[in-house]
Amino acid sequence: MNLTLKIWRQKNASDKGKMVDYKVTDISPDMSFLEMLDVLNEQLINNDEEPVAFDHDCREGICGMCSLYINGEAHGPDRGVTTCQLHMRMFKDGDTITIEPFRATAFPVVKDLVVDRGAFDRIQHAGGFISVNTSGNTIDANAIPVNKHDADDAFSAATCIGCGACVASCKNSSAMLFVGAKVSQFALLPQGKIEATDRVLNMVKQMDEEGFGNCTNTGACEVECPKGISLENIARMNREYLSASLKG
Amino acid sequence: MSLDSKVPQGPIKDKWTDYKNHIDLVNPANKRNIDVIVVGTGLAGGSAAATLAELGYNVKAFCFQDSPRRAHSIAAQGGINAAKNYQGDGDSTYRLFYDTVKGGDYRSREANVYRLAEVSANIIDQCVAQGVPFAREYGGLLDNRSFGGVLVSRTFYAAGQTGQQLLLGAYSAMNRQIGRGKIKMYNRHEMLDVVKVDGKARGIITRNLITGEIERHSAHAVVLGTGGYGNVFFLSTNAMGSNVTAAWKAHKRGAYFANPCYTQIHPTCIPVSGDHQSKLTLMSESLRNDGRIWVPKHMKDVEAIKTGTLKPRELAEEDRDYYLERRYPAFGNLVPRDVASRAAKERCDAGFGVNATGEAVFLDFASAIQRYGKETAHVKGLDENDAVLVKKLGQEVIKNKYGNLFQMYEKIVDQDPYNTPMMIYPAVHYTMGGVWVDYNLMTTVPGLYCIGEANFSDHGANRLGASALMQGLADGYFVLPYTIGDYLSNDIRTGAISTDTKEFEEAEKEVREKLEFFVTNKGSHSVDYFHKKLGKIMWNKVGMSRNVKGLTEAIAEIKALRDQFWKEVKVPGTNEEFNEELAKAGRVADFLELGELFAKDALNREESCGGHFREDSVELDGEQKGEALRNDKDFAYVSAWEYKGEPSDAVLHKEELEFKDIELKQRSYK
Repeated sequence: MNLTLKIWRQKNASDKGKMVDYKVTDISPDMSFLEMLDVLNEQLINNDEEPVAFDHDCREGICGMCSLYINGEAHGPDRGVTTCQLHMRMFKDGDTITIEPFRATAFPVVKDLVVDRGAFDRIQHAGGFISVNTSGNTIDANAIPVNKHDADDAFSAATCIGCGACVASCKNSSAMLFVGAKVSQFALLPQGKIEATDRVLNMVKQMDEEGFGNCTNTGACEVECPKGISLENIARMNREYLSASLKG
Repeated sequence: MSLDSKVPQGPIKDKWTDYKNHIDLVNPANKRNIDVIVVGTGLAGGSAAATLAELGYNVKAFCFQDSPRRAHSIAAQGGINAAKNYQGDGDSTYRLFYDTVKGGDYRSREANVYRLAEVSANIIDQCVAQGVPFAREYGGLLDNRSFGGVLVSRTFYAAGQTGQQLLLGAYSAMNRQIGRGKIKMYNRHEMLDVVKVDGKARGIITRNLITGEIERHSAHAVVLGTGGYGNVFFLSTNAMGSNVTAAWKAHKRGAYFANPCYTQIHPTCIPVSGDHQSKLTLMSESLRNDGRIWVPKHMKDVEAIKTGTLKPRELAEEDRDYYLERRYPAFGNLVPRDVASRAAKERCDAGFGVNATGEAVFLDFASAIQRYGKETAHVKGLDENDAVLVKKLGQEVIKNKYGNLFQMYEKIVDQDPYNTPMMIYPAVHYTMGGVWVDYNLMTTVPGLYCIGEANFSDHGANRLGASALMQGLADGYFVLPYTIGDYLSNDIRTGAISTDTKEFEEAEKEVREKLEFFVTNKGSHSVDYFHKKLGKIMWNKVGMSRNVKGLTEAIAEIKALRDQFWKEVKVPGTNEEFNEELAKAGRVADFLELGELFAKDALNREESCGGHFREDSVELDGEQKGEALRNDKDFAYVSAWEYKGEPSDAVLHKEELEFKDIELKQRSYK
């Protein structure tokens, strides 16, 4: 396949940035999207130009490091995948592909297509944990049985990879799907219940301080989430938040 | 320097308890005055950082990713072992210990492995308390499954994403400590050297990957939890950023590097599809619980499948060669990874590979779908003879167990594994070699510790499934926090370590000079060009099957490639910015040295052992004819290499392995 790429180039956080056109040739449909960018970068280096910076690591769809807004969609046109698992067979020969970073006030651009998602970490510092010592002096793991459906639901929420696609897809740059997923995981498990009130209040407070917008129930986040995290998690967070607020 | 493993005296089952009862402790008030650096935030580094901070030390943690949550432990799929005996199938600490030592082909350290088995049950309790959502049965209790190389069901799991959930558990424990200010987290920082003061590790030099700033960080002790070096092969199941740099820099500063040639080749990966490929994707070994591995019996069927005139499902049962079930009836498809990998290679080398490149075998779920389908139909009182219904019900069961893996396969290969068998082939996965450590997990540099995959001690020549996660968390949560305290108890009066000394200055200068070299060397080839070439040499001559000729050639070829690299490498951009190519250049420079030592170690080891098959060391007759032949008389040792400049000058030290509690014998899975 031969393709035209329109890529956002931005030298650093303070640079203004602009779209630049590139051509790539001989792209195999079996390549992943990032492998296609590897081909472009090899070409740029050979021509003494600066390669395009983009985040990636595991290339197995699980680390959450890759991002990219491709043709107006977080992680591109395929469903249920991250950019590293998006394959070129989703495109056609001669296509023009627009590639931008995830755009949100809370995710400042570092360089080209790389953004800083540190805001997600700071939300987790505010309460994304269960306060248990790591001494190993805990009770036997089977001492508290957990209903299988609750365990499965907690797991489904916990599979969030923290990539930020939800934020990038939302017209308000809301992080509620991400935060809702973590709040839900712990809210569903007996181990997490004791500090549930503080957790949801602290995490939501931090989320607001980081500059993420509000949820308007459009549902774009759920559609674009590579891990299929459901909107139910936002609803659950809202319930948790309301009851925590009432408790004061 | 002679190697002292510092294994405590006494019966193996009491060693760890006695040890803990007699070490020196640091009083909580003094812990506040002690700094510890932890490099790497995966299962080992993350759990260590969290626990040390909780104990009261000031922790500085470093990772090259944008968040500790991205460490490659996150990609582990299948599960974590623990000797809980919840299933009542006869499991015990001793059995887990025995399986691990045997699975590692008797090349791991007995005392370390016993300790690992001993603390394993605790890990599960700990993780559950942290909110790790392990799979549960309908009664609410934890579910288990079994893994290659063992006959009990002791693997705890969270669908096919166990590593993710355990890592997020460790990450959440870190977050708690970061929130409390006890861990200072440095994301997007890469460690580029260890600084020694008076012979002790007292700090590191890092590069801020966003700004390019070179920084000095001091501490009373330094812990490396930086993972494995499988990316020396270029193509591997490791994350793209996984590298050997921290471990290699430690090696250059005096830490011996042990068993570099021990690399696990994992049997169930998605095969290579072409030259463009940047990495390989693992399909969890847990799939072998339900998948049957086969190739056609007859060459004509191989050809027909390759050309597409015959669909794999259409080939009659009697025309299929379920070679693992045929060769190893006791363990069948669940033989350990080295045995399964070698058997796949043997069939493909004989021409029976089923994809275009001839490097793939089938992993087939048809009979499991049938079996589960019938069972479910029976339970629900439905018609067990309705083929369509049975298939549908069976597929649902398989989907519940492995759904995410099937989806991943389908996305990559563009085939539906519910309806056609998966194609798999062995690939480089996990490194069992690493920095040499004693029982305390300390390297040959005082104050420098190494944990998790980055050290060498627990897996021997071959790692059993679901044991990596166990080791990472055991080291980080339960072992290092004790052993490091014993060392740090001598540092309570030292006070803060200054970074304003000649040792830090010199180390920083060396780091700067190397970075400067890269950005000013106007060469003609990219970093990847060299990395791919290195990978080809490694895979072809230092991979699954090795001989003297190939290894000798590899050593010369890697040296020549290294010389060419330093002349012709081209790195765009500058040091004072976000520059991925520059970061890669430093990592590949280290791989080029490690690769040579790796081949040299493989040449020295004149035995077949674990996944390391020496063509000149094979059983010639008897029941084990054609299987790998280990040589305990001459090679029951850890090879620990001392740095002396060029890898060819490295000096071999031997730690003789003693097996007092397990009798050394031929592994048999027949």
